Amino acid sequence: MGFRLSASLAFLAVMGAGTAALAQNEIKIGEINSYSGIPAFTEPYRKGWQLAVDEVNAAGGIGGKKIVVISKDDAGKPADAVTAANELVSREGVALLTGTFFSNIGLAVSDFAKQKKVFFMAAEPLTDAMTWSQGNRYTFRLRPSNYMQAAMLAEEAAKLPAKRWATIAPNYEYGQSAVTVFKQLLSAKRPDIEWVAEQWPPQGKIDAGAVVQAIAASKPEAILNVTFGPDLVKLAREGNTRGLFKDRAVVSFLTGEPEYLDPLKDETPEGWTVTGYPWYAIKAPEHDAFLKAYQAKFNDYPRLGSIVGYATMKSVAAILAKASSTDTDKMIEAAEGIELDSPFGKIAFRKSDHQSTLGAFVGKTAVKDGKGVMVDFGYRSGAKYLPSDDEVKKLRPAE
Amino acid sequence: MEFLAVQFLTGLASAASLFLVASGLSIIFGVTRIVNFAHGAFYMLGAYLAYTLTERLSGPLGFWGGLLTAALAIAAIGVIVEIMLLRRIYRAPELFQLLATFGLTLMVQDLVVMIWGPEDLVGPRAPGLKGAIEIFGQLVPRYDLFLIVLGPTVLGLLWLLFRRTRWGVLVRAATQDRDMVAALGVNQKWLFTSVFALGVFLAGLGGALQIPRDAVSHAMDLRIIVEAFVVVVIGGLGSVFGAFIAAVIVSELNAFGILILPKISLVLVFLVMAAILVFRPWGLFGRAEGQPRQTLGLTIRPWKPFTRTERIAAALAALVAALLPLVDGAYALTVAAEILVFTLFAASLGFLMTVGGLSSFGHAAYFGLGAYGAAFVAKSAGLPMEVALLVGPLLGLAGAVVFGWFCVRLSGVYFAMLTLAFAQITWSVAFQWVEGTGGDNGILGVWPSAWAANPERFYWLVLAITATGIAALRALAFSPFGYAMRAARDSDLRAEAIGIDRKRVQWTAFIVAGTFAGIAGALFAFLKGSVFPENLAIPLSIDGLVMVLLGGVETVSGAVAGAIVYKALAIWLVSQAEFSKLVLGGVIVTLVVAFPKGIVGFIEDMRARRPRAKAAAVAEAAE
Repeated sequence: MGFRLSASLAFLAVMGAGTAALAQNEIKIGEINSYSGIPAFTEPYRKGWQLAVDEVNAAGGIGGKKIVVISKDDAGKPADAVTAANELVSREGVALLTGTFFSNIGLAVSDFAKQKKVFFMAAEPLTDAMTWSQGNRYTFRLRPSNYMQAAMLAEEAAKLPAKRWATIAPNYEYGQSAVTVFKQLLSAKRPDIEWVAEQWPPQGKIDAGAVVQAIAASKPEAILNVTFGPDLVKLAREGNTRGLFKDRAVVSFLTGEPEYLDPLKDETPEGWTVTGYPWYAIKAPEHDAFLKAYQAKFNDYPRLGSIVGYATMKSVAAILAKASSTDTDKMIEAAEGIELDSPFGKIAFRKSDHQSTLGAFVGKTAVKDGKGVMVDFGYRSGAKYLPSDDEVKKLRPAE
Repeated sequence: MEFLAVQFLTGLASAASLFLVASGLSIIFGVTRIVNFAHGAFYMLGAYLAYTLTERLSGPLGFWGGLLTAALAIAAIGVIVEIMLLRRIYRAPELFQLLATFGLTLMVQDLVVMIWGPEDLVGPRAPGLKGAIEIFGQLVPRYDLFLIVLGPTVLGLLWLLFRRTRWGVLVRAATQDRDMVAALGVNQKWLFTSVFALGVFLAGLGGALQIPRDAVSHAMDLRIIVEAFVVVVIGGLGSVFGAFIAAVIVSELNAFGILILPKISLVLVFLVMAAILVFRPWGLFGRAEGQPRQTLGLTIRPWKPFTRTERIAAALAALVAALLPLVDGAYALTVAAEILVFTLFAASLGFLMTVGGLSSFGHAAYFGLGAYGAAFVAKSAGLPMEVALLVGPLLGLAGAVVFGWFCVRLSGVYFAMLTLAFAQITWSVAFQWVEGTGGDNGILGVWPSAWAANPERFYWLVLAITATGIAALRALAFSPFGYAMRAARDSDLRAEAIGIDRKRVQWTAFIVAGTFAGIAGALFAFLKGSVFPENLAIPLSIDGLVMVLLGGVETVSGAVAGAIVYKALAIWLVSQAEFSKLVLGGVIVTLVVAFPKGIVGFIEDMRARRPRAKAAAVAEAAE
């Protein structure tokens, strides 16, 4: 036993020796994401923030200091994310933390930020708990939350004549809260709606044939889908073959995002109402500039992850510039209510719940040249779909 | 009624896919006794390769030829793996091959992303089987009907192969008694290689057949592997027919279960497995294993308690560890604390596996229960950390009392799989019970009391508890109770003859191990500040197994070394390396080949050899 512990000690001592002195002319930013867990989203996301870092530094950095991002993988586990956060904060001495994809990882890092009093800009996690029931003053979030996306889709769903609705959602917090909020908002607008069936396949393990049959048996007029990734592919394939989507309206979360739409190719079900990112058809100068720079740098087209990564890092840079300090309290003060430009236009971080007003595109799916695309879409600004400051106050714990 | 008939067909189609993978696993296990964790990786590679081939080749011949070529190519890879890797370690302790195949799985997960990119791939539909046929007024995909026919066809072909060929006779003989087959002069090497190739071929084919209905993604392997194991165990190890029946049962229960309970899929297979194993300890069609000829205890030199010098060395090591805060900062201390927590967790599993001979595949359950217990006490009851650390592990203890009672009625892999089933059931409760456990969003804000909040103090606290725990487990191993455990492990019959109640001894051991895992879990909760269902999920159970096996399953405290090496390496790689799984998997495979008895087992071998070498040298000099 003796040698074992001393060997471990030696190992730790070696690890400790590398602590770098803080460079005077740079600002370190700690970034954590599930690079090995969900690369389909996080690879474009990484490219997005790399582009933003290049742009900020090419424009002279922040107050003459370059920003340097130290990026860590969390292996898709909250516990590993906390280890990484610890490394970034205590060893690398980063000014703030950013990133994360999965809701539970976002929440774990957010709680870490609260405990250690570190600024945290959450990029992707969708859970409403992030800014509301588990919200804290150190945590901000860029991406439109679950609630916001549900509200955007419920608005469209209310216009449909369908009265009998069925739901299919992955059986975890994201799927559960997406369905709950969507049901609540749609039923409020349309009291005549009846919810006739629900299916909760485990995430990543959908038995698509059985699920499609079960939903079809309830004879719904419209279907809400929350599955994504491989589950969505299986569901779409089985549903197409078994005629589930024939003469039925389908409203679907995230399906228009290139990450999830592109793999479907010519099997993309047509006419679904979805949230997403039609990068090929957006006509706005802010987006054109981003698209050009992105394609020039990476010789690839952007996914929604690229937008999230880019806008996250731009937000961080704007906050640092406004605070002109890396003091946590000053950064929080600067971030509350800050306005900045994004590829989707102007966004702001609300003071009341630290949620950004970045929105999403809502449109219909179609197949063009053997590829899935979004058509008849429009941009929905997040600001329109967020509850008022007073309502939010009730949702957030008292500080 | 029509609807139910069609739902039944849908279930059968799912069963066919599952059966192909499970049958291969079952055949491999039956003959070689390898718990082939990489089976899912072969399945995934089959799908990726079939995708590439069918995209390049056109027409029906291109498609079906592509699928078959992919499966054959996977079989060829399987042969290489068997010859290069597994052959070297057949003589290693039981389950050690699991470690090698686990390493391979990690490598493949990163490799497919490197080769095929991160995005999900959607392969072509099967030519000629694209649309659907109307049956009872409902549309049933043609491809499903093809799969429904394919499943029994493969079963029939395997039956013919096993009953009508000499090779098949040898395979059946080896499944029943491989020592006897070897004694009769059959070349085991090639028998094993060919069996492995057949099993892997079936996995590759199973994967390739998925491309017209599934997306090919880098997470396919883990999706199938656990379920395939469950099917094999329900059916009875080594029984291909059993695997078929089990696949049908599981798939049909799922197809109809979701009509009544839409959330049941999450846990269904594990409920079925637990229920069946409680009533049929060897699965549906499995047979009781005969008394093993070579017991675990025979392969090792007798264990000895520490000598005086060794004791002093251990105490010194603990003292040196306690000085760590003087040389390093907060991050190193939290990493060190995490490693220590896992040494205690691994030591508790090691106690069960090495002293008790009971390999648990679900040990994370007690770790997680301890963590949740602590979180409940700290958050829901609002009590301080000290109370939570005392009370929390009791939940781990309670879980071990209940589950252990059922588990110790079983032995070998069946025991392992029942522990897995209970762990998954516990996991699904933590995952589903949103009001109590917060579901997958977990319980947040479980931070230490103010006095222990700084990293140094918390590190010392963890070190004190861990060192005491490991010392206690070691003392237990050399206590009369420890000897009773070893007796029950080495020979059930002889132990009984001298008056040892095997079940009671093993149950007690299970509870002890569960409690210490619970202590580790409670510490982990306060180290991370939060508790999530992943704290009792399968990957953590596997991590525990890897640590114990890496350290050496025939040593008393090898798990401690295994935990330190594995955890430190994993943390460092995740932080530093781009493709950390590839490197970690590669390191594990290398260690497996270099140290087939584990790290500590290797060191003990070296130490045992040294005095003899010295004596020989002295004798030589005297001549």
